[in-house]
Amino acid sequence: MAGALDSFRICDFTGQLAGAGATKWLASFGAEVIRIEDPVREGRWDILRGTPPFVDDRRGVDMGGAFNNHNAGKFGITLNLRKDKAKEILTKLIEVSDVVSENFAKGVLERWGFGYERLKEIKPDIVYVSNCGFGHVGPYSDFKTWGPIVQAVSGLTFTNGLPNHEPAGWGYSYMDHTGAYYMAMAIMLALLHRQRTGEGQWVDLACTEAALTLHGPALLDWTVNGRPTRRAGQPHANRSAWPPMAPHGIYPCAGDDDWVAIACRNQADWDALAAVVDEDWCSEEQFADFDSRYAAQDALDAHLSAWTAPRRKFEAEEALRAAGVPAAAVMKPQERIDLDASTGNFGLWPTVRHAKMGAVRVDGQPVHFSETDWQLPRGGPCLGEHNEAVLTRLLGFSAEEVAALADEGVI
Amino acid sequence: MTALTGVRVVELSQVPIAWAGKLLADMGADVILVEPSGGDPSRGYPPFVDDEPGDDRSLYWWHYNTSKRSVVMDLEDEAGREQFRSLIATADVLLEAEPRHRLATLGLDYDDLAPIKPNLIHVAVTPYGRDDAKSDLPYTDLTVMAASGPPWSCGYDDHSLPPVRGALQGYHTASHFAVMSTLTALLHRGVSGVGQFIDVSMTAASNVTTEAASYTWLVAGRTVQRQTGRHASTSPSSETQQRCADGRYANTGVPPRNPAEFAALLAWLKELGLDTQLPEAVFLELGAAWQGPFDLAQIGTDDEITAIFGAGREALKLIASTVSAQDFFLGCQRAGLAVGVVNAPEEAFEDAHIRARGFHTPVHHEDLGRTITYPGAPYALQGSPWAISRRAPKLGEHNPEVLGELDQR
Repeated sequence: MAGALDSFRICDFTGQLAGAGATKWLASFGAEVIRIEDPVREGRWDILRGTPPFVDDRRGVDMGGAFNNHNAGKFGITLNLRKDKAKEILTKLIEVSDVVSENFAKGVLERWGFGYERLKEIKPDIVYVSNCGFGHVGPYSDFKTWGPIVQAVSGLTFTNGLPNHEPAGWGYSYMDHTGAYYMAMAIMLALLHRQRTGEGQWVDLACTEAALTLHGPALLDWTVNGRPTRRAGQPHANRSAWPPMAPHGIYPCAGDDDWVAIACRNQADWDALAAVVDEDWCSEEQFADFDSRYAAQDALDAHLSAWTAPRRKFEAEEALRAAGVPAAAVMKPQERIDLDASTGNFGLWPTVRHAKMGAVRVDGQPVHFSETDWQLPRGGPCLGEHNEAVLTRLLGFSAEEVAALADEGVI
Repeated sequence: MTALTGVRVVELSQVPIAWAGKLLADMGADVILVEPSGGDPSRGYPPFVDDEPGDDRSLYWWHYNTSKRSVVMDLEDEAGREQFRSLIATADVLLEAEPRHRLATLGLDYDDLAPIKPNLIHVAVTPYGRDDAKSDLPYTDLTVMAASGPPWSCGYDDHSLPPVRGALQGYHTASHFAVMSTLTALLHRGVSGVGQFIDVSMTAASNVTTEAASYTWLVAGRTVQRQTGRHASTSPSSETQQRCADGRYANTGVPPRNPAEFAALLAWLKELGLDTQLPEAVFLELGAAWQGPFDLAQIGTDDEITAIFGAGREALKLIASTVSAQDFFLGCQRAGLAVGVVNAPEEAFEDAHIRARGFHTPVHHEDLGRTITYPGAPYALQGSPWAISRRAPKLGEHNPEVLGELDQR
């Protein structure tokens, strides 16, 4: 099947998840993504190259499971940009690329002599997308970040918590994932602009800004009504104020750290839940109508928790769903990956072939296209795995010249 | 000229995809929101302007529907369906999150619409995808997230407390994939002329937005456990959230991990006069003098490396106990350390850096005679400016101009 993005080539300096996640999307749809890494540091700028999880006892820069996950479908070459010959090779690559993407700290590419002005000289319609926590402009543009820092500074950590406790935040880099989504959008928006006008451009992506847009109406409640989220009784992440719903939360179940999420959207949901629960408290005056239930959520949650606590999460889920009430067990990784047939049937965990790890399952894409669906046959590239292929087929070097470049420490 | 000028998107109003429509609209797409005669339910969601409920006073509605136009069409009625078909004939993209059989029942699914508009891009968002009967289950943002992974990884060291979910992020994540899919299909159409049907699963979207929880199971068959304010992990890791002298928190994030960072931290500790209070300062000296990079895989097994990294964390804790969270953030960053202050959203919004980048976006509400400050762009495209081109529409506000234009065709 032809790929939707077959006609695009990406000269890709991204790494970690915040950048690599973006070009993984592009590679899934057929873009030719060529990762460029530093042979001197064995590509370790991307710490995921050599960190867990591992498929077996082998370790090293080609064995990082997260790296493979985020870089499936891409090509990998090494360039030692301390050397002029490597800069010449990079220049040739940029000449035949549509996009230069990176998520270094501000100024790194410029110090190597490949700032945006130079990129434009090499390829006048180049799309250049930089992605870092605070962006390339503004007082904090030299600061260092990674996902949890972006989440903290942008307010996403603060809002994910329970009242009278410290912030729970995110148990993973939500904003590395999501920053990558915005980076992919930015690259494609700029390519669409170029497709219609012939013009390239630079996109300055600051993950902190992208994160700030995700607070929904809270920021308007601040600018219009002056109401802060740092106030008594807040945050209460499992409740729903917009729209108001009650009960609405995550409740304990029998089992090993098992929980069920329940949401009553309206009176009909409440009536259905009350019929399933069928206990005296459901008819208490304090829960008689929506407003009173919403006001008495602490008491409501206590009662509902007592009802869920002796039940298995999937039993509670099934009973409530059968009655038409939104309910979902809090799924553990094994449950949603291997036991919930929905994800497998969707093809969400494709097996890629990695040159050293062999067959490994990775995150797929949560979409299907009728004409140009995604595919991820290859695993992430080993360090310099495609040096010869890219330099010979794309840039016109002979195999002997490539061997000499390796001997000279250029690649 | 912006990136999506001239791209017409028909959005069948549904709460989970409003964010996707806004992202496209603020980049210049002509997003026409098709609402039922009673209007989208989120028009009635709090919070409200001046806390007074009423028509066109929902801040929720305002936020998610900027730059769009609204028309009312009753798809249950043949006249309304005919109007909808006429509208689709002018559209590039249909964005919808209807119950999975509804459009087919109405004769308005992709197979019905493609003959009217052959290169249409139809993006359908459902809880589990169009082919899965579980998409028929009732759902909310909360249940989508619980079913697909995020809450399992988020919460507290104390597992008697419930896992937590970031409100609305399940819908946001689904919307992000709807937008990425739309842009991908538009690029392909620009080259090939071909449109297509795209099936987006909300739960699949969050399933692949859980970082280590998924790949640790996929690669190693191991399960991560949630921890307070830091990454869920297969084995407990050190706390990273630090309460500072003003009672607010900072995320100490990546502790020092190269010699220059150990040196800078040591220098700051001395500047504050705190080095004598920290017995582990000697390990900071060792870290500062280390030759070459540390092998991070040795943390926890190599005694010296473990002690050096432990000293880094202890030094940060000591400093945090003497300064405000904001000062701790700024001081650490000046020492080259990736540390963040845990801001509330409004504190983040008012921050000097965010202001300097022009994030505050004034939008005039002529009906209220007020100019309201909105959150700004998620990205800064230098050549295709993001903009809020108009406030969120009133119900059916653009019926005359949109339907009038269709009548003239």
